[in-house]
Parts: sequence; structure tokens; C-alpha cells
Amino acid sequence: MSVLAPEGRQPENRQDPASNHTVEPPSELAMWLSDGWTVTKRNLTKLKRSPDMLVFAILQPIMFVLLFSQIYGGSIQVEGSDYTQYLMAGIFAQTVIFGSTFSGSAMAQDLKDGIIDRFRTLPMSSSAVLIGRTNSDLVLNALSVIIMMGTGLLVGWRVNTSVSSALAGIGLLLLFSYAFSWVMALLGMSVKSPEVINNASFMVLFPLTFISNAFVQSQTLPAPLEAFANWNPVSALVQAVRELFGNTGTVPVPDAWPMQNALLTVLIGVVLMLVIFVPLCIRKFASISSR
Amino acid sequence: MTIIEAEGLKKTYSSKSGPVHALDGMNLSVPQGTVKALLGPNGAGKTTVVKILTTLIQPTAGRAQIDGIDVLRDPKAARRIIGVSGQYSAVDENLTGFENLEMVGRLYHLGASASKRRARELIDQFELTEAGNRPVKGFSGGMRRRIDLAGALVNNPKILFLDEPTTGLDPRSRLSLWGIIKDLVRDGTTLLLTTQYLEEADQLSDDIAVIDGGKAIAEGTADQLKAQIGGHRAVVSLVHASDAASAREILGRHGDGEPLVGDDGRSIEVAVSDGPRALQYILSDLGESGIELHDAGMRRPSLDDVFLTLTGRHAEDAGSTDASTQKETAA
Repeated sequence: MSVLAPEGRQPENRQDPASNHTVEPPSELAMWLSDGWTVTKRNLTKLKRSPDMLVFAILQPIMFVLLFSQIYGGSIQVEGSDYTQYLMAGIFAQTVIFGSTFSGSAMAQDLKDGIIDRFRTLPMSSSAVLIGRTNSDLVLNALSVIIMMGTGLLVGWRVNTSVSSALAGIGLLLLFSYAFSWVMALLGMSVKSPEVINNASFMVLFPLTFISNAFVQSQTLPAPLEAFANWNPVSALVQAVRELFGNTGTVPVPDAWPMQNALLTVLIGVVLMLVIFVPLCIRKFASISSR
Repeated sequence: MTIIEAEGLKKTYSSKSGPVHALDGMNLSVPQGTVKALLGPNGAGKTTVVKILTTLIQPTAGRAQIDGIDVLRDPKAARRIIGVSGQYSAVDENLTGFENLEMVGRLYHLGASASKRRARELIDQFELTEAGNRPVKGFSGGMRRRIDLAGALVNNPKILFLDEPTTGLDPRSRLSLWGIIKDLVRDGTTLLLTTQYLEEADQLSDDIAVIDGGKAIAEGTADQLKAQIGGHRAVVSLVHASDAASAREILGRHGDGEPLVGDDGRSIEVAVSDGPRALQYILSDLGESGIELHDAGMRRPSLDDVFLTLTGRHAEDAGSTDASTQKETAA
């Protein structure tokens, strides 16, 4: 029969093992920066090591640009602009929005794998995992935008404004997608499995991006859909990016306020998303655990 | 000195069929430098206790202290002195063993070079050299467990929590992990471990608390528990069910307590204190009475025996008969 306790244990005489490695806790800000970076690095390493994910992230934008411009380009007419010029901002917006859903499925996956439990038992900054998540998805989205712009240039799309406007356009796409990542991260922490995020985002985001001015003019839609499209934040993003890239041509802009003030609408939307969802995410993170 | 102290812990989840009491007034006290095992079937509340003590979830009521720190009020301070390895290996599949450990070191704020040094130390100590430089993806369950366990030790924790450390492992990996855990606690780290295996609790712990329905229903050393349930079991399996009554009488003569007849009416077992000798007497008496046997042997007492003795129920029935023991951890 077995021995109960290992022999020779003398708790009184031991040195405190915790003393070997315990360091003074760093300041909150230093901790936040360093923890956020550690988790970002972890996520990017993961991206680098899963070639399938990376290939998908690169090929999908190329495919969308080519499919839409080459297939629909011949039959869809936009009054006042060449379709390829008109289309690109729509594809950019749709792709980065779908890119942000990755924040949700990745949070759900980490939760399922128990990694979140590991993180939550470490004395790290309470927002670091979320910061790391949204940061690395921003990197992925930036990569997508660069690839799409390159492909777009190959099929004849052009930026007709200045370099600074073009950069502002890229910045706006990424800013919007970053804020949207927080929305998706909250969803990711609230669902039971990562698949739910993929299915749900498909069901919600396809209508949201299609019932907009991304691929057609909202004026061509049936009345209720037209109203929806004009007030759809995706339309505001697309319109603002079109303006910044100088792709509007002489296409008439709908009278709806968000369409007339597209840039402002997008900025308001971004601020709202961040103000609401960052605190909600941090609060949610403090109580989640696997299974 | 008591280093883990929990009082009246309750955790209630709401579910469609009414409130579920995962914990129902759990008390726990672990002296510094000792190993305590929480022994119980699935759904008894073991994982919930560990999750509360490791700051993952908040109890509905009760209080919990580790090393003088109020876990519920100051989770961050608690996290600095604990190490946790859960039921599912919380390692990042895409990182190498080394990168996993280094990342944990960084998040303990050990600094860049100390994190690397500590990761290398642990890789050596746990014989993980093979997994050190390749992504964890593709390594066996036993190897992942070891990396996960190493992750729990990065900060040389004062208190280590292991939630079912060997569940799902093959016997060889289990033995090897037991060896590692025994080495770890030899120098006096306090360990709270949960398990479904009496043998594991017996091998690793100083003290056992048997958990059922979200509270401790018995506590003591493995010897004390075994004295309560009797030691080894002598088991015989009869060819003819008609011999059951006389065989039962013979087993009762040489065993401690009442022999139990199985549902099939052919297998009979009894707790015995002097092991093989009792089995020899039983076999010789059965032979003299002309009772034919399919099989005969000794069996170590199991969680089920503990349960049957303490609650009158089998361990595997615990989940279904007790409303409080559904899924332990709805998040």
C-alpha cells in the first residue's frame, strides 16, 4: 500500500520559494503597455504559425476585388462614375468589417481552450488580453487593406486626391474596424462556442454590408431598403472613404444626414462604439471562465 | 499556520429548472506546506472551489483567504502568489513550450531575461526539451499537461492549485506526473488538488476532504478514511448464483463488515484488513464447500467505496440524484 505523504517533508525549515522570482509590481501604465504587447505578440505569432489563416486573409481580399470588379463591373452601371472606382471603397469597408469578426471568434476560442483561465489567474493588466486581441486584428486588417489597394491599382482603381487624404481614408477604415473589433470581442466572450460567432456574423453582416451603398447606389434600392441603406453606418464609412480617395465622381449623394456628413457620422460611430464597448468588454472579461 | 481558509462558500447558478447550487456551504482549511486533496465525483463542486480560490469566479456567499489575502476583495494580490493548472491544459498550441512559459513569465512581470531563464529552467526540470522549440500543437496529452503544470510554477508559487491533474491521461503519464508533483511538494509548497481517484488522493496528499453536493462530507487522512471504509476488497465471482448465500456467509467470516452481493447475484465482495491472507482463507473455505469460481482477487478501495460508505449512494449516481451537482461551472 502506498505511503501517505512523501517522507522528509519539513515545512518549517523550507525557504519561501516565492521569494526567488517575485518582483515589485510595475506601475499600472507600464504594466498595461507591457502586458498588452506580450499578448499582441502571442496573437501575431499564432497568425504567423497558421499559414492557412494567413493565406485566407491575403487571398480573400484579392478574390473579392477581382470578382466584383471583373464580374459585376461589366453589368452594374453607376451614374457618374466608373464602377471599379466606385466599388473599391465598398470592398475595403466590407472586408475590414468581416476582418473584425475575428476578434470575436478568437476570444471565444481562447475561452474554450482555457487560455483565458490561465491569463485570468496571472497578475496582469485586466484589459491586456482585449488590447492584445484588438491590436493584432488591427494588424491583420491593415495587411488586408494594403493587399486590396494593391490589387485595386492593378485593375485600374486610382486615388484621385492627395497622399494625406488617402492616408486618412486608410486610417478611417482601420479606426472603424478597430472599434468594431471591441463589439465583436464582447460577443465572443458571451457565446458558447466560436462557431456561433462565425454563423451569427455571417447572418448579420452580410445584410448589413449589402443593404448599403457599398456595391450599388442606395437610390436604386426599394424604398424601405433605401432608407435603411442611407442610415446604415456601413454606408457612411463607404461614403467617407470614397470621398477621401476621390472616387465619388459625379455620383449624386443622397439627402440623408449621415450621407451628407459621412466623415462626421463615422467618427461619432467610432467614439460611441469605443465608449460603450471597451468598458463592457473589460467588465465582462473580469468574470469569464471556461466551460 | 493555515494558508488557505474558506468559510461557507456558496455558488448558485440559475438554470431553466431552477437554481443550481454548485457549492452549498463549503468550508476548507489547509495548513501551510501541506497537500490537501478534494475528492469527489464529477459535479460535486471541486472545480468551483478551485475557481473561486484562484480568482476566476466570485462565490454567491462566503469568504475565502489565501496567505492572509482576501481573494474576493484583492484578486490581484492573490494572483501573485498562486500557480494554477486546470483540468484542460491551458497552453497555446501555436507557441512552443518555451514561448508559452516565457509569455507567462512576462505576464508575471519577471522581466525579459528572467522570464527566459525561468522558462529554460522549467523546460529542463520537466524534461520538455523536445517540446521546447516546437509548437505545442502535435504533442501528446501528457506533454501538454507537463507544459501546463510548468506554467503554473513560473512564479514559484506559494500555493499551487491542480484541478484533476491526471484526468484523461494514460497510466504511464499519470505515474510520471505523480512523480513530478511529489517532487514539487517535497520542498513544502502548499498544494490543493482535486481528483476523482482515491488512489491519487492517497498517493499525493496529506489530507483528504470528500466533496459531495457542494460541501465537504468527510475529512481526514487517507488512513482515517480507509479505516472508515475498510481496506482492500476481496472479490469473488461465482459460477452458480445459487451458491450466493453460502459464499456470502464465508466472506463475512473472514472480512470486516457486511459482504456486498453485486447486481448480477454472482459477484460478492467484502472489505478485508489483512489482505491476501484473508483471500487465502476465503478461497480455501469456498473450495471445501465445493463452490465453483469464475474469478477471485483483491481490489483497492475506490472513490465509489468511500461514497457508498459515506452517503449510501454510488459515486456515479451522485450527479443525477442531487440537484446541486449539475455542471460544475456554468460561466
